Amino acid sequence: MAEAIGSAAGAQSLLELRDVAKVFAPRTTFFGRGKSRPVRAVDGVSFDIRAGETLGVVGESGCGKSTVTRCILGIHEVSSGTIRYRDRDGRMIDLTALSEHERLAYCTDLRIVFQDPQASLNPRLPVIDIVGEVLKVNHLLPRSEIEGRVRELLQRVGLRPEYARRYPHAFSGGERQRVGIARALATNPRLVILDEAVSALDVSVRAQTLNLLKDLQQEFGLTYLFVSHDLSVIEYICDRVVVMYVGQIVEIANAADLFARPMHPYTEALLSALPVPDPAFKRRGRRIHLPGEVADPANRPAGCSFHPRCRFATERCKAETPALRSVAGRTVACHHAEDLALQGVNMGSSPEVQHA
Amino acid sequence: MTDATATGGLSPPRRKLVELGQWGLIYRRFRKHKLAYWSGFIVLAIYAVALFAEFVAPYSSDRYNPRYIYSPPQMLKMFGRDQNGDLALLYVNGYKVELDPVALQRRFVIDESRVYPVGFFVKGEPYHLFGLIPAERHLIGPVDPDAPMYLWGTDRLGRDLLSRTIHGTRISMSIGLVGVTISLVLGILLGGISGYYGGWADQAVQRTIDFLKSIPTIPLWMGLAAAIPDRMDPLLVYFWITVILSLIGWTDLARVVRGRFLSLKTEDFVMAARLDGCSRQRVIWHHMVPSFTSHIVASVTLAIPAMILAETSLSFLGIGLKPPVVSWGVLLKDAQSLLALTQAPWLFLPGIPVVVAVLALNFLGDGIRDAADPYS
Ligand SMILES: Nc1ncnc2c1ncn2[C@@H]1O[C@H](COP(=O)(O)OP(=O)(O)OP(=O)(O)O)[C@@H](O)[C@H]1O
Ligand code: SF4
Ligand SMILES: [Mg+2]
Repeated sequence: MAEAIGSAAGAQSLLELRDVAKVFAPRTTFFGRGKSRPVRAVDGVSFDIRAGETLGVVGESGCGKSTVTRCILGIHEVSSGTIRYRDRDGRMIDLTALSEHERLAYCTDLRIVFQDPQASLNPRLPVIDIVGEVLKVNHLLPRSEIEGRVRELLQRVGLRPEYARRYPHAFSGGERQRVGIARALATNPRLVILDEAVSALDVSVRAQTLNLLKDLQQEFGLTYLFVSHDLSVIEYICDRVVVMYVGQIVEIANAADLFARPMHPYTEALLSALPVPDPAFKRRGRRIHLPGEVADPANRPAGCSFHPRCRFATERCKAETPALRSVAGRTVACHHAEDLALQGVNMGSSPEVQHA
Repeated sequence: MTDATATGGLSPPRRKLVELGQWGLIYRRFRKHKLAYWSGFIVLAIYAVALFAEFVAPYSSDRYNPRYIYSPPQMLKMFGRDQNGDLALLYVNGYKVELDPVALQRRFVIDESRVYPVGFFVKGEPYHLFGLIPAERHLIGPVDPDAPMYLWGTDRLGRDLLSRTIHGTRISMSIGLVGVTISLVLGILLGGISGYYGGWADQAVQRTIDFLKSIPTIPLWMGLAAAIPDRMDPLLVYFWITVILSLIGWTDLARVVRGRFLSLKTEDFVMAARLDGCSRQRVIWHHMVPSFTSHIVASVTLAIPAMILAETSLSFLGIGLKPPVVSWGVLLKDAQSLLALTQAPWLFLPGIPVVVAVLALNFLGDGIRDAADPYS
């Protein structure tokens, strides 16, 4: 089922996640009677990342976005499910079946840009060592050529090549994030995971960085997995969007479709919280207040996890877990998706708004 | 791209700053910490004295002169005339014996009429520098090798207290270093295992530390030190005392190292190194350890004075080092008697280097610790 839904026809997929789950074992205390339950941080997630696209992952804090990226990168071992990667020869490799050592072969293809540019750069190393480390330890370049390559990369991300000898403390937040991007690009990767990569930046710097990412994607034919809880950023950069709620996917859609007409009540609620870019155009609906707290992944509500907060919830929702399914050409996990007429938003950039 | 070029046109001094690495930044901050900076020089000076004790001290540690028992400290004076009427740039007065009319005791008092010239780099008792190089020059001493010069007075055998204190520096200061080295190895090894691997290894190490810390230190030391046989070779006693002292010392260091490993393990830049394909060894040694070596240096510097004090206390109580070994604690033991308090208060003088060394090391350690985190 997931096969059919996750992968749409057309572009070749670069990475395929099938029923990926990650359960964190409860912490055992010294006296062995810890009452905590296992945390199902990611629970049966399936989606494809197509070559050349930017796939967004959006959801509230704690919904398992980072955990998904960590499973892809092998930082966490998945509890179940498969993550298959199409290597440069076109073979599909199940990354979850590889040993730690075998995975190393792919660490240059799948790269990440972290959220916090300050924490992700070792303050004790100069930029040349930070960016060049991956080239050095994987013997991708002879030592003598690393400096030249690092300078070239810095230039490409909009930093002066002379900065190579500097330490991270000498850079501004936006510049540090550029260093992080240069590190990710050093290996000519195929998939770059951007986990909240612009969330820590000032608004003006954020826009510059997003534009840089777009340029780089064009130039190097990169595929992005772009994780964010900020829908306006997602709207700006993503082709398709995966919406997650407490470890599960509730909706997958093209970005334009998702914003214009959400199919899942949770998506609608997220969208309604977006600031309207141009005050001249009023939001079509009111802001939807989500009652209650985000569900605890260690103690998920029965049926649809969203039901305690959903204004359309019925008895069926409390009892039966909705599967991710195709509804009117869209992919959504809601029992009542067909019947709901949910409010989208007009973003300033959409043509509809400009002609209104 | 204003953001990218904002720091572009830097003046040369600023440019140097941005290319300063970890140690460069730490040093800059450390320099600003005046007290710590000068304490650093004092510590260096003390260790230099320990290294060159035979040269710095006027006499050897066991030279005695029964004619000058419990003689009080002399003042070093300038510009006097000796017996022949020659000018002495530096000199000390001699002693004369006086009968205390109340206590009916003989005692030494300074005799202003006698002048013994004192000089630098004078010839005196021959010795072997570092146990190898034969030499006979001393930094300071009486020009006539047989003249009495006791700047800090003498003890009950007529031994020069200043010389003995200087010789004691070697044992007292090195016991701290050796003890700390043992603690360091144990602390980094066990703390590293505990923090990096976690799980049962962590539990085992943590419970051991809890256990060791729950035992009151003084009785533990006393018990262990008392178990060292009396007749044991002084060098072996020295070794065992350091082992006993470091038995406690490593626990704090292990905690520091463990805490650092734990917090660094999940740090993004460590994760980034792993994702760069670095081996476990490289992640630990190239990416994690450098970010807390400065903290270790600080902890170590702060651990040394504790060791010095511990050695001094044990020896003072008579269960640490014993004569003929000379350490500050051994010297202070002589000051225990009532007699010392009333008749020979200068026997407390070896307490001065203890205080100076402990304070200087503490200030130095505080300074390094404050400077260690250039990003705070
Ligand atoms: N190493 C871990 N051990 C135990 N629980 C974890 C671990 N990592 C994450 N979790 C739990 O898994 C859930 C999902 O965390 P995750 O970091 O993936 O969320 P997120 O969507 O990235 O949130 P945010 O937007 O705050 O980054 C959270 O409930 C979190 O507490
Ligand atoms: S399944 Fe029911 S509770 Fe869940 S989102 Fe749909 S309507 Fe709401
Ligand atoms: Mg996250």
